[in-house]
Amino acid sequence: MKEHPFVIPFTIGLTFVILYTVVMWTIWVVRLTRREKKIIWKRLLTVKTLRGIWETIREGLFHRNIFKKNVILGFMHMSLAFGWFMLIVLGNLEARLYPHGLINPPYYPIFFEFFRHDLSPLREYEEIFTFLMDFFLLLVISGIGIAFFKRYKSKVMGMHRTTKHILIDRIALTSLWLIFPFRILAESVTAGLYNTGHFFTNFLGQQVIYGLPLDQLYYPSWWAYSIALGSFFVALPFSRYMHIPTEILLIFLRKYGVREKDSHSSYTNVELNACSRCGICIDSCQLSTDLGISDTQPTYFIRDLRYSKPSERLRETCMLCMRCLKACPVGIEITQIRKNERSEHQLFSPTSYSYLNGYAYPKAKVAFFAGCMGHLTPNIIKSTLLLLDAAGIDYTFIDRNGSICCGRPLQLNGEVDAAKQLIDKNNRLIYETGANCLVTTCPICASEFKKNYHMSIPIYHHSQYLWELTNQGRLVFNQSNLNVAYHDPCELSRGLGVVDEPRKLLKSAVVLTENSNQTKQNSLCCGGSLAITNTSAFQKSTIAASTVLQLANNTTDLIATACPLCKKTLAAAQNDVPVQDISEIMVKALMDSRKASLSEAKVKMASPKLEVVEEYK
Amino acid sequence: MIDFGYAPLKINIHDLDKADLSLMDWITARDESFRLCIACGSCTATCTAGNFTNFSFRELCHSIRRGEVEKAVRESEKCMLCGKCTLVCPRNVNTRNIIKLVRKANQNFRV
Amino acid sequence: MLKKVAVIGGGVAGLEAARQLAALGYQTTVYEKNDHAGGHTSEWDRLFPNRRPAVEVVDTLKSQLNGNPAIVLSTPITELLPNGDKFTLKTNNKSFEADAVLIATGFELFQAERKEEYGYGIYDNVITSAELEKMFTEHGAPLMRNGEKPKRVAFVHCVGSRDEKVNHLYCSKVCCVTAVKQAIEAKEAIPEAEIFCLYMDLRMFGPGYEELYKEAQQKGINFIRGRLSEASELDGGRLLIKTEDTLASRPLKMSVDMLVLMVGMTPAEGTSKLIYNLGLKPNADGFIGVSDYHLKPSETGIRGVYTAGACSGPNNITDSINSARSAVVEIHRYLSVKEP
Repeated sequence: MKEHPFVIPFTIGLTFVILYTVVMWTIWVVRLTRREKKIIWKRLLTVKTLRGIWETIREGLFHRNIFKKNVILGFMHMSLAFGWFMLIVLGNLEARLYPHGLINPPYYPIFFEFFRHDLSPLREYEEIFTFLMDFFLLLVISGIGIAFFKRYKSKVMGMHRTTKHILIDRIALTSLWLIFPFRILAESVTAGLYNTGHFFTNFLGQQVIYGLPLDQLYYPSWWAYSIALGSFFVALPFSRYMHIPTEILLIFLRKYGVREKDSHSSYTNVELNACSRCGICIDSCQLSTDLGISDTQPTYFIRDLRYSKPSERLRETCMLCMRCLKACPVGIEITQIRKNERSEHQLFSPTSYSYLNGYAYPKAKVAFFAGCMGHLTPNIIKSTLLLLDAAGIDYTFIDRNGSICCGRPLQLNGEVDAAKQLIDKNNRLIYETGANCLVTTCPICASEFKKNYHMSIPIYHHSQYLWELTNQGRLVFNQSNLNVAYHDPCELSRGLGVVDEPRKLLKSAVVLTENSNQTKQNSLCCGGSLAITNTSAFQKSTIAASTVLQLANNTTDLIATACPLCKKTLAAAQNDVPVQDISEIMVKALMDSRKASLSEAKVKMASPKLEVVEEYK
Repeated sequence: MIDFGYAPLKINIHDLDKADLSLMDWITARDESFRLCIACGSCTATCTAGNFTNFSFRELCHSIRRGEVEKAVRESEKCMLCGKCTLVCPRNVNTRNIIKLVRKANQNFRV
Repeated sequence: MLKKVAVIGGGVAGLEAARQLAALGYQTTVYEKNDHAGGHTSEWDRLFPNRRPAVEVVDTLKSQLNGNPAIVLSTPITELLPNGDKFTLKTNNKSFEADAVLIATGFELFQAERKEEYGYGIYDNVITSAELEKMFTEHGAPLMRNGEKPKRVAFVHCVGSRDEKVNHLYCSKVCCVTAVKQAIEAKEAIPEAEIFCLYMDLRMFGPGYEELYKEAQQKGINFIRGRLSEASELDGGRLLIKTEDTLASRPLKMSVDMLVLMVGMTPAEGTSKLIYNLGLKPNADGFIGVSDYHLKPSETGIRGVYTAGACSGPNNITDSINSARSAVVEIHRYLSVKEP
């Protein structure tokens, strides 16, 4: 067995990347919180670990999530990951047939074709191995070919925009893309000289390049292969490809129940390094597709946060609509990370709202909460209350005389200290109403109540509550032929996971048609988001108009929605298709026997008497 | 100087020669819609915070225009960022962005 | 052979133009989509600034309609096509010919439901200025839904005008002076009532208008400078309104019995159809764009097609009638040189 110095770059690179990965994993895991370490320890020897292994194989190797987005794109990622994985595994197995000593040095299986032509006798399975190695090599190089093609014609792979890479990524990318052509070159030259290889490398070596000065190419090509590998490994920890080892750690941590919290933590570092900058998030973002703002998406935000700090513009320019969250094939908690980053730049103080005294909501059994936006859409309130009347619910409109904001607009802008005051105040006031449940027409409020208030009573969005009443037979509707397209509000579909109840409710009165696949948890944002402040009214209505265009076709009579902000935003942006809340549609369809006309019903309102409370500390 | 025991009356007049318009310029450079306000008062009328305390977004913007920077910054803290004002403004002034800019200016300049 | 002129729209502008054209010797026909002539003016009670009955103006204009000029009612024009140097007007099942066309399709009122926060169509006692005029004609006073006389009425200026949120940046010209007129009339009809006008500005642009404002103040109308942000309903069908008293720099709220929305003018559906049909240029607000705002206010850019009245922008009755006469002069000039 001849050693040769060309193995040195590879060996240095491999040692470096393995050391780096082990050190980083250790640091990250050690720095997790006590609680997180406890739950990992508890779940280590359970089926969760098996699930983690399965997800690693399914996503890390086969990239199933990316296949779901686009087959060619999925194939491209899979071929590189799975192909290279198989080359390494099979290479190691093959090398095991010819031990180099007690254990094979790591470079032995990688450069096996260099060493093999000296070996005899060849083992039985040699032919199978050589075939498989050539097969996977071809698989990988086809993926690299597609990846190269993608940099010029990404639309073919379903990606209109792809990440613009920084220098270190381009260096890593280039060395990665050179590894396999150089391997093919080295193995083909070897095959040409020593008749090794199989259908691919042997063919190339014996039939195609045999005329070249193979002797002179022999060592340089192996050097090139080794240097490409070494460069890639050295660049990897500082580039997007740190994603390769980190995603594995992420998958397991997530399986054990570790999540993002209210501020950056060690787990955040894992997530930041797990982003491969694939760029799939860019196309999912309507700021990109509708407004041409294509430099603020998570691929760039996460990148800048990993290396240093993202700029203010990068941090602020996001609607927190969660479409990117849904699109991310790695499942990084992008939205929470962005919120946490925003909360490191708070503009409001923890004492901003000390003026909130002397206010009380009236007593209630079922508390109905309209919220800030609700008061600008009185028809939604009135329709919902009429429906509750028709079902005989003993409700109280607790914020009829004005509400204290639920706090989510502040929260979305990162103003967590300020929001806490509103949360504390509202929590207390709602508790003091004595209500046994809360119904609201605003999914933004519902989302905030459910996620940050920790109330002991159930919170319902009105679509859920009304559907439950319908299910129980307490509300009966006339069916009509009205052709309605339903717009899922971001906070309801992605924020709370409520997509079925509004549809079931609507179907009992109208004909629901879906004209696009951007619905349910893939729904489009109306553009009215409270999480972004640096887009103009014109930009918001551009997004809204585009959403309407995709939701409705020329047979659509109405767009139904379940959020007062969505309703206002979609209605203001265009005049072609009327936009109505679910409650407005349903109240018109109430059966005659229980019908209440808008002007004749006695809608129960709270007594306007306000109670003065002691100042609450 | 001898202490006479009283202070001269402060004349409550806007002197546009002396007004400190730096905050207005800073905001206008970052949000053009600030200039479009017609002072209709819809924002203040619909304001959530206005239900509980003396807070007028229209007046805040007016203070900025007259150089009353401290007053503007002080008042801006009362805003809950709820967004009702942005939804009712007939001139599409980006009200929430202006509040945030005032808060940011407070941090940048320590006015 | 008499030259024919088609006038599309039988409102005050169309009627005035028709009688002037007939007097000049043209065979003139007015095509009106409704079953009566007079347009929006025929729905009005009294006109500013002198509060004369609208019916006088409409009847005078209508009295000329026998023989020439003729009027064809219930005939919306669905298509207008150039035909050589003449024009063909198509309606549901007929078609007509003309040598020149005057578009006088007027306006439509802003649909107040679009300002949902004001509660039109949701609360009982929110009405539009047009509905109030009808109440004056039929009952002589504003009446609540339950038939009682209101004790507190608030007029809301600029509903659907000067509002980016409904994409109408423009001012509708007449609503301020109408509000002041109606406020005076309401006060005279119900002397014990409190009347309020919630305004952003008071655009009293014409002769006698500022005097009307002064008269309103003298009669005790309360003017509050602040734009209504939202209205909510109280028990008994009364309304709670919130605005900012900008002059005092403080929020203001009050309960009222009735809210009158001064709805603005928007391009009529017929106007938009004709713009599309003929390839006319709409102006920035969606009305017909004229060739030169100062010097050619009747010309549309298409030879033989002219415009008068509110279809080229919000207008009051006096100025609509004036613009009709100006259009007639241009049509006469055009037809005089045209070959028979």
